[in-house]
Amino acid sequence: MTDSKYFTTTKKGEIFELKAELNSDKKEKKKEAVKKVIASMTVGKDVSALFPDVVNCMQTDNLELKKLVYLYLMNYAKSQPDMAIMAVNTFVKDCEDPNPLIRALAVRTMGCIRVDKITEYLCEPLRKCLKDEDPYVRKTAAVCVAKLHDINAQLVEDQGFLDTLKDLISDSNPMVVANAVAALSEIAESHPNSNLLDLNPQTINKLLTALNECTEWGQIFILDCLANYTPRDDRESQSICERVTPRLSHANSAVVLSAVKVLMKFMEMLPKDLDYYGTLLKKLAPPLVTLLSAEPELQYVALRNINLIVQRRPEILKHEMKVFFVKYNDPIYVKLEKLDIMIRLASQANIAQVLAELKEYATEVDVDFVRKAVRAIGRCAIKVEQSAERCVSTLLDLIQTKVNYVVQEAIVVIKDIFRKYPNKYESVIATLCENLDSLDEPEARAAMIWIVGEYAERIDNADELLESFLEGFHDESTQVQLQLLTAIVKLFLKKPTETQELVQQVLSLATQDSDNPDLRDRGYIYWRLLSTDPVAAKEVVLAEKPLISEETDLIEPTLLEELICHIGTLASVYHKPPSAFVEGSRGVQHKRLPGSAGSGESVESPDTGSAAGVSDAPPAVIPSQGDLLGDLLNLDLTPPATTGPPPPATSGMQLGAMDLLGGGLDSLLGGDLGGSSAMGAGFGAPPAAPAASFSAPVSGGLDDLFDLGGGVGMPMGAYSPPKTVWLPAMKGKGLEISGTFARRAGVIQMEMTLTNKAMSVMTDFAIQFNRNSFGLAPAGPLQVLTPLSPNQSIEVTLPLNTVGPVMKMDPLNNLQVAVKNNIDVFYFSCQYPISMLFVEDGKMERQVFLATWKDISNDNEAQFQIKDCHLSSDAVSNKLQGSNIFTIAKRTVDGQDMLYQSTKLSNGIWVLAELRVQTGNPTFTVCLKCRAPEVSQCVFQSYDAVLKN
Amino acid sequence: MRRLNTQRFLRNAVDAFRVNVIHARQQVRSPVTNIARTSFFHVKRSNIWLAAVTKQNVNAAMVFEFLYKMCDVMTAYFGKISEENIKNNFVLIYELLDEILDFGYPQNSETGALKTFITQQGIKGQHQTKEEQSQITSQVTGQIGWRREGIKYRRNELFLDVLESVNLLMSPQGQVLSAHVSGRVVMKSYLSGMPECKFGMNDKIVIDKQGKGGASDDAGKSGKQSIAIDDCTFHQCVRLSKFDSERSISFIPPDGEYELMRYRTTKDIILPFRVIPLVREVGRTKLEVKVVIKSNFKPSLLAQKIEVRIPTPLNTSGVQVICMKGKAKYKASENAIVWKIKRMAGMKESQISAEIELLPTNDKKKWARPPISMNFEVPFAPSGLKVRYLKVFESKLNYSDHDVIKWVRYIGRSGIYETRC
Repeated sequence: MTDSKYFTTTKKGEIFELKAELNSDKKEKKKEAVKKVIASMTVGKDVSALFPDVVNCMQTDNLELKKLVYLYLMNYAKSQPDMAIMAVNTFVKDCEDPNPLIRALAVRTMGCIRVDKITEYLCEPLRKCLKDEDPYVRKTAAVCVAKLHDINAQLVEDQGFLDTLKDLISDSNPMVVANAVAALSEIAESHPNSNLLDLNPQTINKLLTALNECTEWGQIFILDCLANYTPRDDRESQSICERVTPRLSHANSAVVLSAVKVLMKFMEMLPKDLDYYGTLLKKLAPPLVTLLSAEPELQYVALRNINLIVQRRPEILKHEMKVFFVKYNDPIYVKLEKLDIMIRLASQANIAQVLAELKEYATEVDVDFVRKAVRAIGRCAIKVEQSAERCVSTLLDLIQTKVNYVVQEAIVVIKDIFRKYPNKYESVIATLCENLDSLDEPEARAAMIWIVGEYAERIDNADELLESFLEGFHDESTQVQLQLLTAIVKLFLKKPTETQELVQQVLSLATQDSDNPDLRDRGYIYWRLLSTDPVAAKEVVLAEKPLISEETDLIEPTLLEELICHIGTLASVYHKPPSAFVEGSRGVQHKRLPGSAGSGESVESPDTGSAAGVSDAPPAVIPSQGDLLGDLLNLDLTPPATTGPPPPATSGMQLGAMDLLGGGLDSLLGGDLGGSSAMGAGFGAPPAAPAASFSAPVSGGLDDLFDLGGGVGMPMGAYSPPKTVWLPAMKGKGLEISGTFARRAGVIQMEMTLTNKAMSVMTDFAIQFNRNSFGLAPAGPLQVLTPLSPNQSIEVTLPLNTVGPVMKMDPLNNLQVAVKNNIDVFYFSCQYPISMLFVEDGKMERQVFLATWKDISNDNEAQFQIKDCHLSSDAVSNKLQGSNIFTIAKRTVDGQDMLYQSTKLSNGIWVLAELRVQTGNPTFTVCLKCRAPEVSQCVFQSYDAVLKN
Repeated sequence: MRRLNTQRFLRNAVDAFRVNVIHARQQVRSPVTNIARTSFFHVKRSNIWLAAVTKQNVNAAMVFEFLYKMCDVMTAYFGKISEENIKNNFVLIYELLDEILDFGYPQNSETGALKTFITQQGIKGQHQTKEEQSQITSQVTGQIGWRREGIKYRRNELFLDVLESVNLLMSPQGQVLSAHVSGRVVMKSYLSGMPECKFGMNDKIVIDKQGKGGASDDAGKSGKQSIAIDDCTFHQCVRLSKFDSERSISFIPPDGEYELMRYRTTKDIILPFRVIPLVREVGRTKLEVKVVIKSNFKPSLLAQKIEVRIPTPLNTSGVQVICMKGKAKYKASENAIVWKIKRMAGMKESQISAEIELLPTNDKKKWARPPISMNFEVPFAPSGLKVRYLKVFESKLNYSDHDVIKWVRYIGRSGIYETRC
């Protein structure tokens, strides 16, 4: 018998037929019919019309049929809440069935029905099931508490389910313990400060006992929970480690990774001179290597985690280089990750092998992989000084292959090698110059120009080479233009006699013919420097640059620590803190490694959370803040010659944000890998190196530019739409409600006019909101103190807060309201302008803005037109500021004003905007970027409304 | 055809996944995708995508393990995972999912236990007595979730298969770049009751310990080779804490076939074959390839299903091959010469030579020269692993270790066995 036949019925009158079959007396026929219904449901057909008929089948002692009906209920109860109530009785009855399987089934299904009315009925049966004699029922009930909490957290607390759940941790059955732990952990995540998972040595002991007995999944829950515990001292820490290590031999990779997480965390507390510490380190390597023989998807997860582990404790895998060699048939995502780890493990001992491998990879097919391999060779050179020469010659070999992208990539990394070992490998410049013509990527061109400028005195025809680039100056990307400008100035300072003409040409190109403010600024600075004090110019431009050091992409230590606490989870896969990709309050907690057990050895491996750890971070490599500043305005400040370490103030801000971070600010931390690590690297840099003096004026100039925008305008009142009729008297049995929303002094208010158009007096007013997208809820009761006489009107202001339950509405800003009086309850819905949710502290730091703008993918960008708006850009920004849309920067290009704006919603979502205003054109273009693109439409409506009022 | 694991997500999530991952033009760049703050995990079995969806920071390793496990369970129930089979069994799949996953928490996923109470295809619930029901539930949630009580066989029998795959990456000069054996011990047990088993192999650590113990009897035996196991993992039935403390492998086995352990060794591996390549580029339009394979094991043993795959450039226009043994063919669609030999004894040698004609191209990119790969099967364990004993104790039923019929078999297969050329 196969089920596929159920998919094929597409006749007319199908629903009607099914109805008849469902009501048939024969069990078999009924069962068949329900299966057909479910098949239709699976393919997306609407069979909700059959709800009552299916529910009728529920009262059966046939387990199979019952399961089918429950399946249907889970799907449709939400769209048919009133009818779902009909099923409640059966549920309650089933919860008392003598068969434990049916009891469990009922309680499990009930929890999946997300209808408020049903949850109320669920409480009693759930309470019983939590204390059921059968472990299968108890373990199901434990999960059900988590489900219920997700629907109605308050209810769960009020009913005392959390305490019962805590009791289950001491249950005799291991699976019940595991599910209770899983449920509690999930609930605890949404209550960051509660003491829900009250872990103490006794409970830990119970968990460790259950660990030996429960299913593989249960072991994962328990290990993940253990990882949140902080042992009191090193002895306790060791004893837990001893009991967790056997899990490293489990066949399930997730168990292994979770065990690794616990060990990595608790290891922090062990004194480094302890024998056990060494043993533990040795025990960790084999299981990690074994993970690499799992299926590719798991290998990927494992590799992302190993990447973190080797950054934190390189000693664990230092002898295991070979296992990370790439196999020809590995999927590309595995290859790229392996490559990353190879570089991290590269050392003098194994460099020869690594280089031979990398050279092999550089001839593979996948372009990304080849590029990364070439780049890796350069990184090896920078990391292992002894190998630098060999790396350079390998790179030269690769350049000889003339494969275009290989050559370009090689040149980019050779530039970095020059910056690490100045005046050592200049002999290769001639070879590089031969390939000048084949370079078509900006990064490679910029790198080549930098090399020519830096070593101008040794290249005879440097002026000719640079001149050749100058011909197409305006077609080049900004990165190349800036680099070319600097290189020619360098050349001039080195060989002033022959190149005067050239330098004047480039300065005029940069200052007079360019629209790019950064290029212009830099041009003017050089010009002024050269014309006022050439000696100073020489000191500034040809100053000795700080050496770059090894790893460009180490994860910033605080972030790394946090990620180590998240081993095995998505955070460790993305290398981002959970707050960067989890919405709402969950995951906002920042996890930290415990401090080490004050042994003298701690200097050797400092607790990186402390200040000492941070200052220990390796010094910065070039592309730190250039990336951040650059992208938005599409100008790139990366060129090595100009970028010094970032000004200390900026880094201070970054660190502060790191710690204070709330859900919304995650943009900063959530920067893509490159971004955030670069930031981290930038932070570690010595605050003021000599070369920084050069970059200062550039960014200073930028600052001025930004300040222009920042200082615009005085705040005006927030926009509030006129009142509209929400509840007509016809529908409200004589009560008419009209109203509007406003934000006054940071408080959201609902302003209503209640009019009594009936013949009798109205009293006992009360109001309630349905769950809505932003958790709007009345902050107090509806204040209507005197009875409302016939034909009387009253103005009421209801303050609102945004801590109510959340449910996504369509449209997003829809609010369903119930108003009660002595006559009846009335329901209506209204739409609030989303601008009233814009909070006062929605002005983003410029740096953060730039980083965030860059970080949000273009898919999340939405563009809108605002028509018929006759305002100047200043007036626009003034007006918007009144509604908490803040202008961060302003820029004028071709008579078009670009306003960069940020705003923050009450739930922490940031919306970034670029508003283009052209003088004389009443149509504005607004471009919105937001991590939650759903809100864009609403935000645009607010823009439109605010600007037109 | 897709199937989502959590009801909390709507169809638009499915659509997002379809558009962004399944129909994305490029190759899959990551098995985890984040679309609009929703993370998608996927694995692919033939043309079926299994996806899991979350908005939270879940345990990613667990999600993948679960997806694999789900494949295993489905395979155990209805064979190959194909569109047709999924359509044929959708009700069953719903029921299975309902049972093995609750609110995103994986529950008991052992097929043995599931079979006791899944109603589709199997036991009908209503005929069970109360005792039976509570037995099921205690078994599903209990310590030994993988075995049910009351199993009876007339003949107590067990089969042990030591399956190894030997992996090699060798440089053109014959230098071993990396080699390891990943092995599995697969057991088929047909034993009555709740037997307690103990498994022993020539693990170096164990043998050395016994040698030190001074028992003269054992000392004589330990003259036999022992092997160094880098790492091993066990089926959940094995008592891990006991292994950690005493390095003894004891367990109550599931009924039927399952994988007892996996292990990995890297030292003293017997490489069954050596491949010696010689590639010469004659001008721009011709390649000469000569490959010699040498078998390196006891002459009395026979290797089977030998296949050597020699990659050819994309612009190959014609190939002439001569081989001493077996059959060789140029397969244009696979860009390779495939050389097959049915059987080959140990300590033998064979050779193939080929002339490859190339079309002239102006493609600057050099041919990447993929490695020569090899497949084979040999009747011994390349790691040197030997099963020393598998003892069975069942105190309640009256059969002893001697009454159990035991079979042991060793099979060594090629994993990724590559020689660069």
